[in-house]
Amino acid sequence: MTSELDIFVGNTTLIDEDVYRLWLDGYSVSDAVALRVRSGILEQTGATAAVLQSDTMDHYRTFHMLERLLHAPPKLLHQLIFQIPPSRQALLIERWGYYAFDEAFVREVLGKKLSKGTKKDLDDISTKTGITLKSCRRQFDNFKRVFKVVEEMRGSLVDNIQQHFLLSDRLARDYAAIVFFANNRFETGKKKLQYLSFGDFAFCAELMIQNWTLGAVDSQVDDMDVDLDKEFLQDLKELKMLVADKDLLDLHKSLVCTALRGKLGVFSEMEANFKNLSRGLVNVAAKLTHNKDVRDLFVDLVEKFVEPCRSDHWPLNDVRLFLNQYSASVHSLDGFRHQALWDRYMGTLRGCLLRLYHD
Amino acid sequence: MPGKLKVKIVAGRHLPVMDRASDLTDAFVEVKFGNTTFKTDVYLKSLNPQWNSEWFKFEVDDEDLQDEPLQITVLDHDTYSANDAIGKVYIDIDPLLYSEAATVISGWFPIYDTIHGIRGEINVVVKVDLFNDLNRFRQSSCGVKFFCTTSIPKCYRAVIIHGFVEELVVNEDPEYQWIDRIRTPRASNEARQRLISLMSGELQRKIGLKVLEMRGNAVVGYLQCFDLEGESGLVVRAIGTACTLDKLSSPAAFLPACNSPSKEMKEIPFNEDPNPNTHSSGPSTPLKNQTYSFSPSKSYSRQSSSSDTDLSLTPKTAPYLQGPRIYLCPSSPSLSCGSLHLKKSCLLLSESSLPPHPSSPVSPVLRKSVSFSEELFLAASGMGSGSAGKEGGPFKALLRQQTQSALEQRGGSPHRFCRRREFPFFTLTAFPPGFLVHVGGVVSARSVKLLDRIHNPAFVGIMGNTRSYKLLDWNSFNSDEPETRDAWWAEIRQEIKSHAKALGCHAVVGYSESTSICEEVCILSASGTAAVLNPRFLQDGTVEGCLEQRLEENLPAGCGFCHIPYDELNMPFPAHLTYCYNCRKQKVPDVLFTTIDLPIDATVIGKGCLIQARLCRLKKKAQAEANATAISNLLPFMEYEVHTQLMNKLKLKGMNALFGLRIQITVGENMLMGLASATGVYLAALPTPGGIQIAGKTPNDGSYEQHISHMQKKINDTIAKNKELYEINPPEVSEEIIGSPIPEPRQRSRLLRSQSESSDEVTELDLSHGKKDAFVLEIDDTDAMEDVHSLLTDVPPPSGFYSCNTEIMPGINNWTSEIQMFTSVRVIRLSSLNLTNQALNKNFNDLCENLLKSLYFKLRSMIPCCLCHVNFTVSLPEDELIQVTVTAVAITFDKNQALQTTKTHVEKSLQRASTDNEELLQFPLELCSDSLPSHPFPPAKAVTVEKASPMGEGNFRNRSAPPCANSTVGVVKMTPLSFIPGAKITKYLGIINMFFIRETTSLREEGGVSGFLHAFIAEVFAMVRAHVAALGGNAVVSYIMKQCVFMENPNKNQAQCLINVSGDAVVFVRESELEVVSTQQPTANCQPSCTGGEVTT
Repeated sequence: MTSELDIFVGNTTLIDEDVYRLWLDGYSVSDAVALRVRSGILEQTGATAAVLQSDTMDHYRTFHMLERLLHAPPKLLHQLIFQIPPSRQALLIERWGYYAFDEAFVREVLGKKLSKGTKKDLDDISTKTGITLKSCRRQFDNFKRVFKVVEEMRGSLVDNIQQHFLLSDRLARDYAAIVFFANNRFETGKKKLQYLSFGDFAFCAELMIQNWTLGAVDSQVDDMDVDLDKEFLQDLKELKMLVADKDLLDLHKSLVCTALRGKLGVFSEMEANFKNLSRGLVNVAAKLTHNKDVRDLFVDLVEKFVEPCRSDHWPLNDVRLFLNQYSASVHSLDGFRHQALWDRYMGTLRGCLLRLYHD
Repeated sequence: MPGKLKVKIVAGRHLPVMDRASDLTDAFVEVKFGNTTFKTDVYLKSLNPQWNSEWFKFEVDDEDLQDEPLQITVLDHDTYSANDAIGKVYIDIDPLLYSEAATVISGWFPIYDTIHGIRGEINVVVKVDLFNDLNRFRQSSCGVKFFCTTSIPKCYRAVIIHGFVEELVVNEDPEYQWIDRIRTPRASNEARQRLISLMSGELQRKIGLKVLEMRGNAVVGYLQCFDLEGESGLVVRAIGTACTLDKLSSPAAFLPACNSPSKEMKEIPFNEDPNPNTHSSGPSTPLKNQTYSFSPSKSYSRQSSSSDTDLSLTPKTAPYLQGPRIYLCPSSPSLSCGSLHLKKSCLLLSESSLPPHPSSPVSPVLRKSVSFSEELFLAASGMGSGSAGKEGGPFKALLRQQTQSALEQRGGSPHRFCRRREFPFFTLTAFPPGFLVHVGGVVSARSVKLLDRIHNPAFVGIMGNTRSYKLLDWNSFNSDEPETRDAWWAEIRQEIKSHAKALGCHAVVGYSESTSICEEVCILSASGTAAVLNPRFLQDGTVEGCLEQRLEENLPAGCGFCHIPYDELNMPFPAHLTYCYNCRKQKVPDVLFTTIDLPIDATVIGKGCLIQARLCRLKKKAQAEANATAISNLLPFMEYEVHTQLMNKLKLKGMNALFGLRIQITVGENMLMGLASATGVYLAALPTPGGIQIAGKTPNDGSYEQHISHMQKKINDTIAKNKELYEINPPEVSEEIIGSPIPEPRQRSRLLRSQSESSDEVTELDLSHGKKDAFVLEIDDTDAMEDVHSLLTDVPPPSGFYSCNTEIMPGINNWTSEIQMFTSVRVIRLSSLNLTNQALNKNFNDLCENLLKSLYFKLRSMIPCCLCHVNFTVSLPEDELIQVTVTAVAITFDKNQALQTTKTHVEKSLQRASTDNEELLQFPLELCSDSLPSHPFPPAKAVTVEKASPMGEGNFRNRSAPPCANSTVGVVKMTPLSFIPGAKITKYLGIINMFFIRETTSLREEGGVSGFLHAFIAEVFAMVRAHVAALGGNAVVSYIMKQCVFMENPNKNQAQCLINVSGDAVVFVRESELEVVSTQQPTANCQPSCTGGEVTT
């Protein structure tokens, strides 16, 4: 006696949270059954393994059918095939996590081109992170789908994502960061960047979206939140004089040193390194005209600023004091005319650096 | 009454991509009704087109309105090649044809394609303007309300319950037409869907006509079924109960009723002269049935037509007719239709007295029927099976005798006869309080038939000789075919009727009919519960006042229906009677089987549970007659075993009555399956069931003895455990009054079979396994061993779960509003090697048990919960495949109040009963005083408009939300029950009756058979919900999946499935919300009363 066909269809679609998670995590039906058996459900309910198998199969089938709709969550709201109470719909999409992602996974693909090439690497990522390949694929496809939809859209990136994928504000911001990183292809995989979490990058992305993109100046442009403001990057070359002009550099240094004397624990190290640090920060800005250098932004920041400070054991607070003073003192440099540009650059950079500065 | 149908196509969404190049679609819509087609403009390059079309207007007569579905086709425009169809929507506009129901259909409908399933949605608005037309020869029956619900719908009151209506129509099945070889599967499927839609429309219209002829205004318990007979065609048949319903205008108070009746009257379009006499013939006393009895006959007989259901009234068995009152029928009108009925009666006689054709070697008419009631098997069987020929005579004589006696019992008067309803059957399973007087037991009949091709003159073969052909031809009015099928059913109904009579009952309630078809063999089955009814509700008030008085007075609370209707001294079968444990006045049987729901006033101890008997029997593969003979030979044994199993399981549960009994016999190529489901309860009025004793055949063997005693202990333990589980603690009965509570050893069950085969002897088959003790199971071979084992293998549901196949679970009355309706389908493949009956039984048993276990597991989050209306259907799609389909609803209940005593429940229901009765009596008075002087509205059309406004606005208000971007789809509840717990149904919007076909040629890609069927059932649910929502409703009650025919061909990667569902679309309001409404009501009620309580929806 073999079961040829075995289905259960409810007027209200039954969704078992645990099975949904197992499915999202990419377990096969048999693995999922094994895991459920281990969870002790058979003892709790007095069910048999066959019942569990049938139940799991059934749920997987439902999820498989739902998946098409989950790809465009507003469709899930309007579709008529599955009757799911609105509260449950939200759970499906977010809290139980069709669009949730693993930190370990996102770190692997952050800033990579969301293309077929990357998709081929998912095998390796799966082995490396211990996340099932299926789950990797889902997460990758989610990134790609969101990217595709909002890439060309006007208006706030976060709002667009929220509207088209019905995600919470928090999750929409994360996706915005992923889209932003993927679009600008920021390098995040280098060894020296390994200490940074997705949260660190997402934080920086948000600041950059707010200040460095087209949308920051003109909200009526296409791609406003996804692409960096090219004009702005071009202009950043002007900052070069801060380090190229020796007088200006000296003046800047003396202003900072005067202000911070006695306030920094690492004052002498700062004093000694000032010119290097300043050169580093300004050169990063000046190089941003080239796409290649844009991609290396985080590598440069870590190399040119985070690492030197860290090797001198600057406390975070000293870094903050220094960066504040460093940005502010420029306003007192009479020979420097690009105050607004500087603020737009340094305001964001300061935020990023503080976030990046940890072990 | 012609009408104007108006359709507007608003928009589409989520359309599929039809143009790969642009990833878009150029969609337009064709709107077709009858032979007229309109088209919208092409909306270029969009998956969410906004057509916003003009109103397409169809001017049609109401006959078409009733028959034809509105057909909407969405297509992709293609400049160079033929336009591609995206999909279709069929909309049944019937709900728009009766006032009171929906006034507009508006909403998003899934666009359905038989190959691809649902492909996007379309927003459509449909309206109908009906013009009043008083043509009495019209063929339409607009205005008759249809309900699937098998009780009086919640916001109505039954004024009169007229009785049985039935009809069937046949056609060729498009799937089997020659053209099917050259057209695409899609075209063939669509032809089939359309045809069935047309046929159901026609069927409904014809039934409606019959109801109008009976002066009714509604059909309750409407059950429509399809018989896919394959080569021989397609039969659509329906049965129902004609009623005159009156809308309770306010859910809170009955006061407004004084206004509404007059209005009601006009809503019956036929009532050109709203005649108050219909209901009350003047006598100022509102007393009892007298008021109903007089004048109806006048208008009524005048209109009787060629319809084959006799349009008449309750037949009474002879004893009741001896009273002082003679029938009140005026003779003249009845004469007008006398000839017709005489003809019919002749037919009955001639048919049955037909001498067998001597030269015909085999008579292919095979008929074996068995029926039983309680522990009785009363079988009149075999109109010449197998060997045929010679034994036909005696049997036919018997049949003739039966028929004659039936005629005699009808009072011996031709007038009387023609006024009598031919079949006193009621498809209802729950009744107004006081309606059901006594219940006799289950009556059932089956018959095996050979199918033959439609319109083929050779269908002579059906009757076996030319004479019968002539006979039929003489009788048939239009086409030959329906008459044949009609005759088949008439035969069965006749049998049911006579069985009921044998039980001293004049009516059959909870009546249903079904078929099982395999190749060219068809088993027709009918079953019901023999009962004595209170005639007050029936139009014909022939029961004498004094008799009724007696009934009234002696009708004790909660046990009356258990009292035997038959004469104690002249029992139709041996049964063990005791005095009723409740009132101690009347006799009751020790066990009661019924097909109805538990009456609300019944006193039940503890809770009930689902009891199933499952059985398989292997059968040799055979052709035609031989096959039919084999089947008819097996049937009685199956009935017998099913019955034994039920009885054993009932006793094992410590219960004494079965409700909602449904026995399904399914025929396959090489086996027969029997599945009986019922809800067991302990009725306080009936005696405590005795235990089960096991006896061995070989008492000398020591180890065997030991084994037996071990078994006995296990059984006793199970009984004790079950009693605890179901809280069965009957009060101790003092023995002096009742006598020994344990029935005396005696012969319990017997099968009375009149066999026509071989010899003409009448054999008596003892059902009790020997004349031993209370209930003895004799273990004399492995078979019996298996039986006992299988008894014990039924596992009770896990704690927190209850299950029943009736509407509600006795002993639980505090339902919460959380409900979940579901359908589950399983197909197993049997290993074909050396199948034995036992192995087969075990497989089948496991299949059902596992299915139930799965359900309990899946629904565990709803605990404490009860699975209600559990409906199992078995089919045998192929040689080694068994398919079981279950539809049920899980309802959560509040555990804390679960222990509320049944007593208060009963008291409550009794109170309700008594108030209802009073209302009932007052009603005719109110009606006649009010309906005459006040004519607040000009007839029909104005009424429709008037009615349209409040509800219409309500609808739009409701629906104005969904189309706008962000809101979600409104929840539509579905339930097989007639009510929604915690809510009040405020409006019935019309019947939902849908038929879908889905086919695939890429089975593997769609997730195999499970994926395919899962998606299809989900789609069917979606389409039902969409239609209900478009009607302005928020629930479907009395939902039933009548058919789920699944065929696969994995080798070709193909599968096909047909599903037929039906139910009543309703608007419900949560009880909590309702309270607010009803306090506001008085002010609102100054205006037309019927709108009260509906506006709030």
